[in-house]
Amino acid sequence: MSRTFPFSAIVGQDDMKRAMVLTAIDARIGGVLVLGDRGTGKSTAVRALAALLPKMRVVDGCPVNSARKTDCPDWAEIGSAKIVTRPTPVVDLPLGVTEDRVTGALDIERALTRGEKAFQPGLLARANRGYLYIDEVNLLEDHIVDLLLDVAQSGENLVEREGMSIRHDARFVLVGSGNPEEGELRPQLLDRFGLSVDVTSPQDVGTRVEVMRRRDAFDRDPRSFARHWDAEDTTLREAIVAARKMLPMVETPEEILHDCAAICIALGSDGLRGELTLLRTARAEAAFEGATLIGRDHLRRVAAMALQHRLRRDPMDEAGTAARVDRIVTEVLGPRRAAAE
Amino acid sequence: MSGSPGWARVRDALRLFALDPKAMGGIWIRSRPGPARDRVLDLLAPLGARRITPNIADETLDGGMDLAATLALGRPVERDGILARGDLICLGMAERTAPGLAARLGQAIDRRETALLVLDEAAGEDETLAAPLVDRLSLFLDLSDLRLADLGQVELRNLDAARARRARVMLTDDDRQTLVATAMSLGIRSLRAPMLAAQAARGLAALAGRDRVEIDDLRRAVELTLAHRALAAEDAPPDQSDAPPDDDAVEPPEPPQDDAMQGTPPQDMLVDAARAELPADLLRALAAGRAARVQSAARGSGAAIRSNRRGRPLPARQGRPSDAARLDLAATLRAAAPWQKVRGGAGPEQRLTLRLEDLHVRQFEQKSDRLLIFVVDASGSQAMSRLAEAKGAIEILLSQAYARRDHVALVAFRGTGAEILLPPTRSLVQTRKRLAALPGGGGTPLAAGLFTAANLARQVRGRGFTPSLALLTDGRANIALDGAADRQAAARDARLAAAQILALCPGGIVIDTGRRPTPDLAALADAMAAHYLPLPRADAARLGRAVAPIMAG
Repeated sequence: MSRTFPFSAIVGQDDMKRAMVLTAIDARIGGVLVLGDRGTGKSTAVRALAALLPKMRVVDGCPVNSARKTDCPDWAEIGSAKIVTRPTPVVDLPLGVTEDRVTGALDIERALTRGEKAFQPGLLARANRGYLYIDEVNLLEDHIVDLLLDVAQSGENLVEREGMSIRHDARFVLVGSGNPEEGELRPQLLDRFGLSVDVTSPQDVGTRVEVMRRRDAFDRDPRSFARHWDAEDTTLREAIVAARKMLPMVETPEEILHDCAAICIALGSDGLRGELTLLRTARAEAAFEGATLIGRDHLRRVAAMALQHRLRRDPMDEAGTAARVDRIVTEVLGPRRAAAE
Repeated sequence: MSGSPGWARVRDALRLFALDPKAMGGIWIRSRPGPARDRVLDLLAPLGARRITPNIADETLDGGMDLAATLALGRPVERDGILARGDLICLGMAERTAPGLAARLGQAIDRRETALLVLDEAAGEDETLAAPLVDRLSLFLDLSDLRLADLGQVELRNLDAARARRARVMLTDDDRQTLVATAMSLGIRSLRAPMLAAQAARGLAALAGRDRVEIDDLRRAVELTLAHRALAAEDAPPDQSDAPPDDDAVEPPEPPQDDAMQGTPPQDMLVDAARAELPADLLRALAAGRAARVQSAARGSGAAIRSNRRGRPLPARQGRPSDAARLDLAATLRAAAPWQKVRGGAGPEQRLTLRLEDLHVRQFEQKSDRLLIFVVDASGSQAMSRLAEAKGAIEILLSQAYARRDHVALVAFRGTGAEILLPPTRSLVQTRKRLAALPGGGGTPLAAGLFTAANLARQVRGRGFTPSLALLTDGRANIALDGAADRQAAARDARLAAAQILALCPGGIVIDTGRRPTPDLAALADAMAAHYLPLPRADAARLGRAVAPIMAG
């Protein structure tokens, strides 16, 4: 496998990068959906995120990356409780994947050679505590989407087939990317992503030239290019780790709770998921900034990415849903004070 | 030295591709089978591309269990897919590539696992290559106008020196800027395009034995990699280069003279070069393809294949066969095969032991695509203000249709006839544009509107849609089908049309936008088994509330 493009070296696309960083700070935000033009580095960014994330501690040999021996599923038959550090898994869910490969299935090899009914874990097991990445998410087969929704909802993968009944933890952050021209996403799936950002091709020559220059440099010599960006990636990684520690300390003032509710009511977004996501994202944003208190500016900055995909789409609104969110946020919170930043 | 200019282009493209297929992503050859294409394929044969077709099974592509070997050996034998082997892939009949396959091939190209040799035999305007592939294949060749007799020498061997040189060829920032600006002037949004053009320019310089990219390399690179991506004029953003496209140019422009170059910024010159190379038919097809993609997930496969009832086969699923789900024998055997030893089935009797859990059923992509046909009265009796209200009402219905992922089409009638303003689509932006541009005035040829809708309904049923109708009119039909201003004939024709609609798509909705409810229209709605809804004021929100339960059915 070739080297991955460094996260810090991605030109522009700040919303996309910020959304990814925030979900890395708090996995409970629930993943990112990146929609937009072809050739804007959507996939590059997701793969770069994997390389950026801090390593995690897992039980050696545990197929579902458990942190403690007690969390390992029985069927895995883990002997020792040795803890090792591993990169955060980012599991690719390829289009056209079969259900067996996603959920896991009977281990045919073992069944044949040893006559044992053993479970061969699938992609969901490998993605536990990590990321599940679906490129061209809007092209995913419906029955796989249904399956993912079910697991993402429960945080648990339940396999009932070939006379087996297996369950294991499957808590992962969904990252999807796609091009809306290829087909729309089902609202149920849209809702499952914590954040959603739109990416467009940069429209100024300078930025585009810079994209080309870095890509060229990377293609020519990936190793030295990665070295060049290593310091920045490390700084970002440390900031993410610091923000994770900071997260439980961030306080939520009563009026922020009111603001969240007011924004969601004004937008008419369905259910409570929007409010919760808005709050969690704002908290992650505050933590990333090193603030101990969520402020209205944190809400302002993350409202669009947390809420735009939860609105009833108004296809006649040319401004797009992100603009609608911003408009409502300004109405509810009042205009941003000039000195706020 | 090397035949006609067309063949010179072919030669350059083939040499570039052969230099480093995976860096170039691929080559897109648009041509029917014929001697010219055969010649090109012969030339590329040494690269050893593996031939596939768009209906390739997932397992052949991605790898999976080798059924024959598994049965023979009594243990599971996995086989690598084509993608895992890292070969070049030759994709035949590429215009029929479904989005899922296109996306996977595109991802493989991104990972530099493969390069594609795409054979596109597109005939009609609505056939073209799937967008994810168009974006990643750097080179485009149209062989349809080339004669074999014009062919000069093409040498694809002995490229090692050029390959070594290519690694040294650098691009300056000015070169990059030129390519970026050119792509933008041509309305190309994707950033892959200028990057691939840069690769091509480096390759061309290396092939010419130079260590530096020169303006000629850029120019040739732009012709080979950007021209076919340029958007059709109407879609292109305002021309930033200020260089008017030279529409009359038939001949490719002369090679740049030194003095000519001094006054002209290079990207203007490159834009002109690309425009001269613009394959006009292709642009139309690409534009049509964009619309078609939004229309249907299974685009590019021809109307018949796009049918919902049959559809693209999906991976088989475990399950019991029934009327709705047919047994997939191969998948069932595959599931049963590794068990035969354990079950003792493959004993002396050689009988296969199948268990219920082995059974797999076939699945097809089967979406119940509904098409909402809006039939809109744009006649004079629908005075302008009323028409505006009706438009507002349609927008509400449209957004509901959209929320349910229905397709929509728009038929308008006014004056003496009706027309399909918008063929079936899911692109609401487009619908909205057409709707805004809908002019009003003239007579009320209700029957013409209904017949047009009926014809459309018949067509789309053949493609697997379930059509349903939403008619918005004040019901004052006064133009007969033959265009005569005869109220009685108009009413009679409308009833005839209603009978057809009843057979094709009953259960629609008729919205009476007249100031007072029209009994005739209510009767007509009845004849179509449609819901009749008098809405003297087509207040958008009220309409939405009133219609929602009906349309939800």
